Amino acid sequence: MRLLASLRSLCSTLFDRSRADDEMEEELRSHIQHRADDLERSGLSRAEAERRARIEFGSYVRYKEESREAFGSRFIEILNQDVRFALRILRKSPGFTIAAVLTLTLAIGANAVVFGVLDSLVLRPLNVPQTESLYGVENTDGSGWQSYPNYLDLRDRNHSFESLAAIKMIFAGMDTGNDPTPATGWATSGNYFDVLKIHPYLGRFFHASDEYGPNSAPYLVLGYDCWHTRFHDDPAVLGHSVLLNKHSFTIIGVAPPEFRGTLLFIPPAFYMPIVNQEQVDGESILNARGINNREVFDMLGHLKAGVTPAQAISDLNSIGASLEKTYPKEVSNTGFVLGRPGLYVFARPAGAFVAGLMLLAGLILLAACANLGGLFAAHTADRGREVALRLALGSSRKRILRQLLTEAVLISLAGGALGILGGVVLLRRLSTWQPFAAAPIHLPITLDAKIYVVALALALVSGFLFGIVPVRQVLRANPYEIVKAGSATRFGRRITVRDVLLVIQIAICGVLVTSSMVAVRGLERSLHSDLGFDPGNTMTLGTDLAMAGYRGDAVPVMQRRIVDAIATIPGAKHVALVNNYPPLVDTAGNTENVFKNETSDLRQSNVAAAPYRYEVSPGYFDAAATTLLAGRDLTWSDDKSAPPVAVVNRYFANRMFGPVTGAVGRFFKLQDGTRVQVVGVVENGKYMSLTEDQEAAMFLPFLQSPPASQSFVVVRSTRDPQELASAMRSKLHELDAGLVVDTQTWNSLLDVVLFPSRVATMSLGVMGVMGAMLSITGIFGMAAYSVSKRLKELGIRVALGAQRREVLHAALGRAVKLLALGSAAGLVLGLLATRVLAFIVYQATPRDPFVLAGVVLVMLLLGLLATWIPAQRALSVSPLMLLREE
Amino acid sequence: MADQAQLIPGTLDLLILKAVSLGPLHGYAVLLRLEQISGGALLVEQGALYPALFRLVRQKLLKASWGTSENNRRAKFYELTAKGHKRLREETEGWNRVASVMADILAIQSLTLDSLTGSSLAAQPEEI
Repeated sequence: MRLLASLRSLCSTLFDRSRADDEMEEELRSHIQHRADDLERSGLSRAEAERRARIEFGSYVRYKEESREAFGSRFIEILNQDVRFALRILRKSPGFTIAAVLTLTLAIGANAVVFGVLDSLVLRPLNVPQTESLYGVENTDGSGWQSYPNYLDLRDRNHSFESLAAIKMIFAGMDTGNDPTPATGWATSGNYFDVLKIHPYLGRFFHASDEYGPNSAPYLVLGYDCWHTRFHDDPAVLGHSVLLNKHSFTIIGVAPPEFRGTLLFIPPAFYMPIVNQEQVDGESILNARGINNREVFDMLGHLKAGVTPAQAISDLNSIGASLEKTYPKEVSNTGFVLGRPGLYVFARPAGAFVAGLMLLAGLILLAACANLGGLFAAHTADRGREVALRLALGSSRKRILRQLLTEAVLISLAGGALGILGGVVLLRRLSTWQPFAAAPIHLPITLDAKIYVVALALALVSGFLFGIVPVRQVLRANPYEIVKAGSATRFGRRITVRDVLLVIQIAICGVLVTSSMVAVRGLERSLHSDLGFDPGNTMTLGTDLAMAGYRGDAVPVMQRRIVDAIATIPGAKHVALVNNYPPLVDTAGNTENVFKNETSDLRQSNVAAAPYRYEVSPGYFDAAATTLLAGRDLTWSDDKSAPPVAVVNRYFANRMFGPVTGAVGRFFKLQDGTRVQVVGVVENGKYMSLTEDQEAAMFLPFLQSPPASQSFVVVRSTRDPQELASAMRSKLHELDAGLVVDTQTWNSLLDVVLFPSRVATMSLGVMGVMGAMLSITGIFGMAAYSVSKRLKELGIRVALGAQRREVLHAALGRAVKLLALGSAAGLVLGLLATRVLAFIVYQATPRDPFVLAGVVLVMLLLGLLATWIPAQRALSVSPLMLLREE
Repeated sequence: MADQAQLIPGTLDLLILKAVSLGPLHGYAVLLRLEQISGGALLVEQGALYPALFRLVRQKLLKASWGTSENNRRAKFYELTAKGHKRLREETEGWNRVASVMADILAIQSLTLDSLTGSSLAAQPEEI
């Protein structure tokens, strides 16, 4: 819209200009007529009077021109001339033009993509009304976990929020009639949509007034995308019912298309009232307040008018303190913070990562500018004779600079336009990209005008940046000298701006190459780090028995049948089950507070450790290839009727009991007071993320734990994974045809955990490659230019008997020296920058001989590659040919 | 070349402002008025007037409107704006100050020259 308006205003100025031109003409003519009148009165004939009047007026054209300039209407005209001239010049040197435009395309494209991601993820608020007063209530660690009863207290007792809504993630089998497929949705408090102040696209939303206690509101609101893909935009679905984990819910509405939930990268397929959560999850979260029952993912709401975030935080903290006093066993009040909903706990790392990328993209642009600056300086130097001639003919330096700048801007516009085009294509691809087949995660990228504006602005700014490089050259040019000496004379000084620019550019490239090397090494290390289990040669089978209608004690019975059935498959060496998620899968993990055996007051301040809690079947350690350090594995007789036992990891044992051997046989207490005996100790491992510090973990028999409908069966086998998976699926089908199962290798389940470092490696790798390409063109340009400028000199050297080495040294010595200087600077800077990388990249360390050697090697190769052609040209110099040409 | 270009428009602008300050005039009449008040001492090439006029309009020192001249022809009439009046006052003062200082300096020099009967000094002012 704005574009249209500015176009219109441009048109009208142009139109006005032509009218002003007409007026000017009329006025000048009127003057001549007046003068002619006077002359006629003095006795001349009219024709003679007019002729004399015209002569007296002076050069009509010149004054008209000057008048126009005085009037300020010359700008467009000069611009027009400059643009036409620039186009002609650019067409005359297509190599230069293509190199310049491509360089800029790459740089602007990279910046557009990174900015697009930054804008979508970090800068843009959620697509709901009044985001400025909308806050998420979070714990000090940035997560929003709360128990549902705590949420109710916080909602009802605070004086700061208009109202607070709560959300919980729900994974359910959605069945619209014999087609159960997994879907991710949200169970929300009844007031969710009212808190967000949004309106349905179709039908109605549910409200707080629909909630009458547990399982009282079997209503379903569909996300727009789900309605579009699964229900084919059919408005008649309203009033129909669908099954979520075998329970019937009535579709009452569809959310608007621009609303995709309040967690940016997981757009929910559906929204359901949280009071009905038990029907889907199989277990109610509505009454448990304990620290291990923090199932509410996040709370959010609008601050009341006039309430500052600080006031709201102290309000919430006082409620938290009073809750801790009332429920010392369940609640530990660590304090609240307010955050922007959207990314939650991921906001900080994602923000830091994207900001880091933006920095690198900026560096690329800078390198490109340095590159283009060098190109432009060389280009201008080649045109020394032309510039000198124009100066000698009376053109002003200002005018020449303006013309050069027009060329720069034209190139930057072309490069910018192409860059934006490429960037937009990439961003569109990214926005439809689902990094994990199993998880409904996607990047919430939407394009808006900001991206275009920023990219265009960047293009223009860089155009001016590299456009002003030759300014000094032109300002210092002495036309007489240059015209006299011919084009071979250097136009500018010997240590040129170009040299400096080349060093800067290579240094930047060195930083990029070093960073990408560090990232690659980090990823490699994280793939081979000690996980505490071996994901190789495994197949996992994830099921959620709740989706097939299993409840309560029927769950472990069925789970044991599944394990036994799969164990009969030939080639399945070890089969075991783990409740919820195995380690390092989907960044999911439960921790539970434990107490020393002698502690009797189980309040939160007496907690001894908070290990990860895994509930596993006997044989799990064999299936996971986790080494048992002391004691025994769990057995099938460790069930409800036997005394509670656990296997703990070495870190847990050391923290609670000292040396590993002394830990076996000792006791500790769970939050609910159960005394658990340690029967075995296993090696340490990674549980939530690859970058975590060592954490404690305990493995409890799943038969002694509350039933968990969601579980993974881990199978260790050397059989072909595809065969094994299909054998497992058919076994499950024999047991219960209604089960929704998902078979994947453990390695592929690690994708989510590896995602950050993979993305980091990929993006840094791309940046590194771009940096390398830029430096190749930079070095190549410089070397080729210096060889072509000195061909005659080289020819004379050859004629006087110079050896190949000497010729090469003369031709390329400078380029190689600059390359070495730049690479060294880049390497040092890059190693310093790895400190920053350590945030994202696992074990990013600058003291890695592989990285050092790699960077040196890459820079050497780049140098070789870039100077190869110029070197060949220098070596093939034939003095005879050159002399004849002169 | 640069000196000339600055000098003439500067003076010309002031002269135009002065001419127009006596009443609205069209371009040709400005020229006549300049000739008239300078007693024909100042000769301006006729066309050179217009760039100056447009410049003054753009600086908002003059405003222009179309009208009919005493010859019954369409012509554009110029008159001073408030800003133009102010500028004229300032420039006149500045010019008078410079002129009087110049006059004083020149008066002193001719005095000194009279009292000193040295021919070598007489050449100096030219060099300066």
